[in-house]
Amino acid sequence: MQQIINFIIRNKSFLLYLLLFSIAMVFTIQSHSYHKSKFINSANFLSGGIYNSVNNVSEYMHLRKQNELLQQENNQLKSLLYNKTDSINKTFVDTVYSGVSYKFSPAVVIKNSYSSNNNVLLINRGKRDSIKQDFGVISPKGLVGIVDNTSKKYATVISVLNTNSRISAKLKKSNHFGSLVWNGKSPYLVQLTEIPKIAPITAGDTIITSGRSSIFPKDIPIGTIDSYTLDASQNYYIIHVRLFNDMTSLEHVYVIENKDAEEINALINNTNE
Amino acid sequence: MNSIVFTHTFRFIILALLQVLVLSHINFLGYINPYLYILFILLYPLKNNRVIFILVSFLLGLTIDTFLDSGGVHAAASVTIAFIRPFILKFSFGAVYDHQTMKFGNVEFGSKLTYIAILTLIHHFILFSLEFFNFYKIILILQNTLFSSIFTIILCLLTTIIFSRRN
Repeated sequence: MQQIINFIIRNKSFLLYLLLFSIAMVFTIQSHSYHKSKFINSANFLSGGIYNSVNNVSEYMHLRKQNELLQQENNQLKSLLYNKTDSINKTFVDTVYSGVSYKFSPAVVIKNSYSSNNNVLLINRGKRDSIKQDFGVISPKGLVGIVDNTSKKYATVISVLNTNSRISAKLKKSNHFGSLVWNGKSPYLVQLTEIPKIAPITAGDTIITSGRSSIFPKDIPIGTIDSYTLDASQNYYIIHVRLFNDMTSLEHVYVIENKDAEEINALINNTNE
Repeated sequence: MNSIVFTHTFRFIILALLQVLVLSHINFLGYINPYLYILFILLYPLKNNRVIFILVSFLLGLTIDTFLDSGGVHAAASVTIAFIRPFILKFSFGAVYDHQTMKFGNVEFGSKLTYIAILTLIHHFILFSLEFFNFYKIILILQNTLFSSIFTIILCLLTTIIFSRRN
C-alpha cells in the first residue's frame, strides 16, 4: 500500500498528464461522432456572448453585400407572389411551402468556420426561440446545415462542410437520390454519393434536397454538378457539387422546423422495431 | 509573486481571445492558421509547480476547443507539450537550464529557435492528427503541420522580440 502511494506521488505529473490526455481524447472522439459533442461546444453563455458582441461590430463590414443578397431573395419571392398563373393555378398545391408543416425563423450566423475538417457554425437563436436539435438551416441561396447543440440563446449548426454530415439530396432532372457528404477539401465543393450509374447526369445539372428526411423540405437548391467519377465498385457515381451558397460568407439564415418530424420519426422507429 | 500570477492570467486571456477571434480566421491559402496561444505554454515561468502548469495548459486548450468547436484536440496537444516541456528545455538549452539561472530574455537565438520549433511541431502534429483522425490522411496531416508550424514559429519569434524590447 505504502509503495502504491509512493508510486503515485512520484509520478503524479505523469499520471495527471495521462488523465487529462484521456479526457481530451474522449472529447475528441465524441466530436467525431454525429450529435455527441455534449460538453465542449460554443453554444454557451461565455463563448456565445463574446462571438455575439464581436459580430455586432463586424457585421457592418458586410452590410452592402448582405443587403444585395436579401434584395435578390425579396425579388425572387415577389416574383412568386405576383406571378398569378403560378400561384392561383390550383390543380397543384405545393403542400411543402403553403402548408403549415414547416415553420421558418430567421437567425444570424455569429461564428462561421470553413477551413477545418469538421466545421461548426454558431447562430444567435437557441432554446428560448424554441430551436431544437435536428432543425434544418438554410440561407437565401441554399443549404447550410443542421442544428446540433442548443443553449438558452445560441445554437451550434453542423455545416454541410463537415465530414460527419450526411444530407439526403437528389437530381432535379431525374429524381435519383443519394447522400450529400464532404471530403474535407474545398469549401465550394461537396460530394453527392450513392447515385446509381443508370442515372443520366451531365455537368451543370441542379441538385436539390430530396425531402426524404424529416429535416429539410424538398426542393431546396443545393448546387450544380461540377464533375463526376465512378466509385470503387463502378456502380455508383461520386458527383462533385458546386454549392450555390458561398459558405465562406454567411450572415442571414433561416432555421426550419418540421412540425411533423416527431410523428415521422416515431413512425419510423416503430416500424424498425 | 502576485504580479507574476496577474501577468500570466492576463496573457492567458489575451492569447486565447486573439486566437479565437483573429488568428483562427486568417485561413491563409485556404487552410493555414497560426496557433499563437501556445506561446503561453512556451513562456510559462521555469520555476513552477508542474501539476498546476499541466492543469493550466489543459484549461487553455479546452478554452480554445470550446470556442472553435473542435472537441478536445487543442486540449490534448497543449497538455502534451506542457508535459514534455522540461525535456525539451534540457535538450535545447543544456547547461544553462540545469543551473536554474536561465531567463527567456537573455538566451541565445539559436537555442531559443530550436526550443520553440520542437514544441510547435509536436503540438501541431498532435493537433492535426486528432483533427483528421484518419491514418490514411497522413500526407495531409504532415503538410498541415509543416505549413502551420512555419507560420506559428515566425509569429512566436516576432512576438517575443517585440515584447522583450519593451521590458
